[in-house]
Amino acid sequence: MPGLGTSFGRGGATTNLMDLQNSDCILIQGSNMAEAHPVGFQWVVEAKRRGATVIHVDPRFTRTSALADLHVPIRAGSDIAFLGALINHVLSNDLYFREYVVAYTNAAALVEEDFRDTEDLGGVFSGYDPEKGSYEPSSWQYAGATEAAAAGQRDPGQSGTPDSAGRHRSARSETSGSGGPAVEAKPERDETLQHPRCVFQVLKRHYARYTPEMVQEVCGISPEQFRKVADALTSNSGPERSSAICYAVGWTHHSVGVQKIRAAAILQGLLGNIGRPGGGIMALRGHASIQGSTDIPTLFNILPGYIPMPHAHEHESLDDFVAEDAGKTGYWGNMRAYAVSLLKSWFGDAATEENDYCFDYLPRLTGNHGTYETVKAQLEGGCKGYFVVGENPAVGSANGKMQRLALANLDWLVVRDMQMIETATFWKDGPEIETGELVTEEIGTEIFFLPAAAHTEKAGSFTQTQRMLQWRDKAVRPPGDSMSELDFYYELGERLRAKLAGSTDEMDRPLLDLTWEYEKDDDGDVDGESVLREINGTGPDGAALSSYTELKDDGSTACGCWIYCGVYADEVNQARRRKPHWEQDQVAAEWGWVWPANRRILYNRASAAPDGTPWSERKKYVWWDADEGTWTGLDVPDFIPDRPPDYVPDEDAQGPDAIGGKDPFIMQTDGKAWLYVPVGLADGPMPTHYEPPESPVPNPLYPDQQRNPALEGIETPTNPMNPSFSDVFPYVFTSYRLTEHHTAGGMSRTLPYLTELQPEPFCEVSPTLAQERGLEHLGWATIVTSRSAIEARVIVTDRIRSLRLGDRRVEQVGLPYHWGRNGIIPGDSPNDLVGAALDPNVHIQDKVGTCDIRPGRRPRGRALTAYVEDYRRRAGIGAESEKEEG
Amino acid sequence: MAVTSRIGEWSLLRQFTGRDRLGRGEAAQSEQSRTLEPRTVQADRVVESICPYCAVGCGQKIFVKDEKVTQIEGNPASPISRGRLCPKGSASKQLVTSPTRVTKVRYRRPHSTEWEDLDRDTAMDMIADRVIKTRKEFWEWESDGKRTRRTLGIASLGGATLDNEENYLMKKLYTAMGAIQIENQARI
Repeated sequence: MPGLGTSFGRGGATTNLMDLQNSDCILIQGSNMAEAHPVGFQWVVEAKRRGATVIHVDPRFTRTSALADLHVPIRAGSDIAFLGALINHVLSNDLYFREYVVAYTNAAALVEEDFRDTEDLGGVFSGYDPEKGSYEPSSWQYAGATEAAAAGQRDPGQSGTPDSAGRHRSARSETSGSGGPAVEAKPERDETLQHPRCVFQVLKRHYARYTPEMVQEVCGISPEQFRKVADALTSNSGPERSSAICYAVGWTHHSVGVQKIRAAAILQGLLGNIGRPGGGIMALRGHASIQGSTDIPTLFNILPGYIPMPHAHEHESLDDFVAEDAGKTGYWGNMRAYAVSLLKSWFGDAATEENDYCFDYLPRLTGNHGTYETVKAQLEGGCKGYFVVGENPAVGSANGKMQRLALANLDWLVVRDMQMIETATFWKDGPEIETGELVTEEIGTEIFFLPAAAHTEKAGSFTQTQRMLQWRDKAVRPPGDSMSELDFYYELGERLRAKLAGSTDEMDRPLLDLTWEYEKDDDGDVDGESVLREINGTGPDGAALSSYTELKDDGSTACGCWIYCGVYADEVNQARRRKPHWEQDQVAAEWGWVWPANRRILYNRASAAPDGTPWSERKKYVWWDADEGTWTGLDVPDFIPDRPPDYVPDEDAQGPDAIGGKDPFIMQTDGKAWLYVPVGLADGPMPTHYEPPESPVPNPLYPDQQRNPALEGIETPTNPMNPSFSDVFPYVFTSYRLTEHHTAGGMSRTLPYLTELQPEPFCEVSPTLAQERGLEHLGWATIVTSRSAIEARVIVTDRIRSLRLGDRRVEQVGLPYHWGRNGIIPGDSPNDLVGAALDPNVHIQDKVGTCDIRPGRRPRGRALTAYVEDYRRRAGIGAESEKEEG
Repeated sequence: MAVTSRIGEWSLLRQFTGRDRLGRGEAAQSEQSRTLEPRTVQADRVVESICPYCAVGCGQKIFVKDEKVTQIEGNPASPISRGRLCPKGSASKQLVTSPTRVTKVRYRRPHSTEWEDLDRDTAMDMIADRVIKTRKEFWEWESDGKRTRRTLGIASLGGATLDNEENYLMKKLYTAMGAIQIENQARI
């Protein structure tokens, strides 16, 4: 989550669900929390009971809106215009928390003279290369920092690096999951905030045109509604009060997803709501351990603990690898210790100082190897073997047809699941078999379906949405051939190592030198606790470590994921702690374990004023105890325990020594929350409103810059994009979850209880749209884009609004996306409609697009492809992927 | 004696003569309903767990009898969920005991129109052979004159529904294999 990572230093929710009850105002935007995270929503309800104002900004009126004090309908994909206007309102009316802003954010930092804003350049920032479609961001730097930057930056695309665009494509910005991007020097500051190049003034100019009138034109929100939200947030922020923002994939699934979260970070920074009880940004994540699978990543661009995967052009040795970070100010400055401990954990005795701790064993990146690029490689024959484990891309990924055609072009596919999901059966009964685009006998993919163990059949930990690891005990053994991923990968490793034993080929060394011995439980299954202990790490004496501050860069410590160090402190599985909440205070520090170091609210040093005293009695949380010479309070202080508030580091201090007593953001090289991101993002230092890749309207802020200029396309014939402002695709569609189903449906469309509650795919349309297109309530509709057409039942409802944008009316079609052809309740997949156009920071697709909708069922068989082809022809889309302006 | 006893069991009589005049409580009870017990009481053991659906992380109690999961309920001790579960979490017993759950390895030969049976040991061995072959076929020591030490032939998708320990072994093994296209739902 680089939106949060670049802003505050760690890519995770800054707060926790229970703390929402302490909020005075909660803004929920980009999330239907009551339906997608129903049990978490109880804490919003608690806050409301205590008098908090709850606001829901969303295209639809949902159960979240029903319980909110205010529902503000917004056009899907226009969030930055709305948030930008809130920022403008706060800045131009002096409603920011001045002491907090000056001391704890980079508002006072000066920016390079060369920097040019989108306001100066018609919608792009300085450094834009229109041919490459990417930025060279050296002019975004803090003043005085560029000389050092040329000497080597860890961040994407600094000046002087050979392949800045290539580095962007490697998603380097995601490595700020725990440790913000490095700036070379602490910047020059103007604490009066008057200097024309200070971040505060730069922000003020950037957002000056984000007015309530502009919000009305872009988002379809009236100035009165805007004013209500602005007043609620600003009157509930400051020393005595605090406001929280909750978001989910309604923000992340966009071509400007990272910048939406950045906009929330700026707003919360200006209002002084980070690191304080009742404040924060609550990232509502969608899967049991999606935070965990980013922390210990099954992601291409990072290693455990957000250590970047090495890049071929820059990291030829361990020294090169850590040079950009080692010695920098803040805790990320100890990166060499984290990297060496990881290599020791993986390669054990084979990893020595002489051989760079086997650094050379790590494969290197050369660009974007994300899932959509991989699908493209599969289509082109460059990737032939595929493991799909607990995921269902044939239904759950954007552009289902592209996914399935790629599956049909593999040599072999391993699917591990509990049910026979669409990804495993595309060759037999997929939509392309029906249309004749694929013929079963012609598909050469060899498929292994291996049954997976359920959550009750294995012991292990999930990391949930507030960075908390919670342990599950094993209740029963997996039935039949079912096995856990732990056992599957352990056994696969055993077999590979046995088959390659004795090999003298250098390419096999990493597998043969891998540490691969784990204890077994009473059933003979791999003991998850022995893996967790390896993740936690061990010291020279072989005992479990207690904290990442104990990690060394001399090979004497081993640690599988430095941010999880401490989860096995004192040889105890801390994630298995289960002291009931009625035996604890509200922070409940003895339930589970939270990274880092069991800190429940991040950056909580900011809950005290610069002098170390609480901002107010009402919002007291962590403070400086001068008598004891230590930070103390209700939570584990997210700070160096004995560093006094008045501590000023030496000019040449490095690593944690360089953190000043007033620098709450200890993972940032300058210790501050970043309102402006001088390095680390691929599409600009400040969020800017661009239209979604497919939009029915022009961008009123920048008529010459319709879309995110750094937008990443997947250019392959099966992934065409609809032209914007097309009469052929005149409506906006957006997709979402229902309470009763789960993502691609493998865990819900197979359950009788849930399928009875939500039995059929449907679309939601306004009465106006229904009238315009002749759609009947509970009748059928066909929804079509240039990718495909699907059918669904029609719900005509006021829950989804026609929005007035200036002199135009925009209609939106809502689509719950869980369906596929297998399971108890088959239905067409809305993701077949979605094109893959990606955020350049994280390579995540935009879920908003344009479509047409017509009454009646879709054509069958070959008639379906002809139907979609006719739409493409009428929209002027050739066989080639269409390249559009900007 | 037996006849008297049976008449005494007659619910209408008990309704007219007992305290439960509305017949909505004890008068309506039969021997069977009187001795009914919830599955939660009959369980041999109760195991603490976490809901596998969204990322709220609600506490679950898994009730087990005769080595089968008989019930799943919310865990009141959890400070996050305080015993509550949503419709999905409440239905999760059906997730783990589903009759349509596939518990045998299935195999589809290239160009075949049908699934076949395959024993797990053979399947594991075949998969390992294919990994070795594809890895080698697509092995790349260098790209543009720079060392890469990798294979682009093998990709993986999944992890957000798995355990941290599982993701850890996956990343560790794939990296040692030289496979880099390792992704999960966090990208999607």
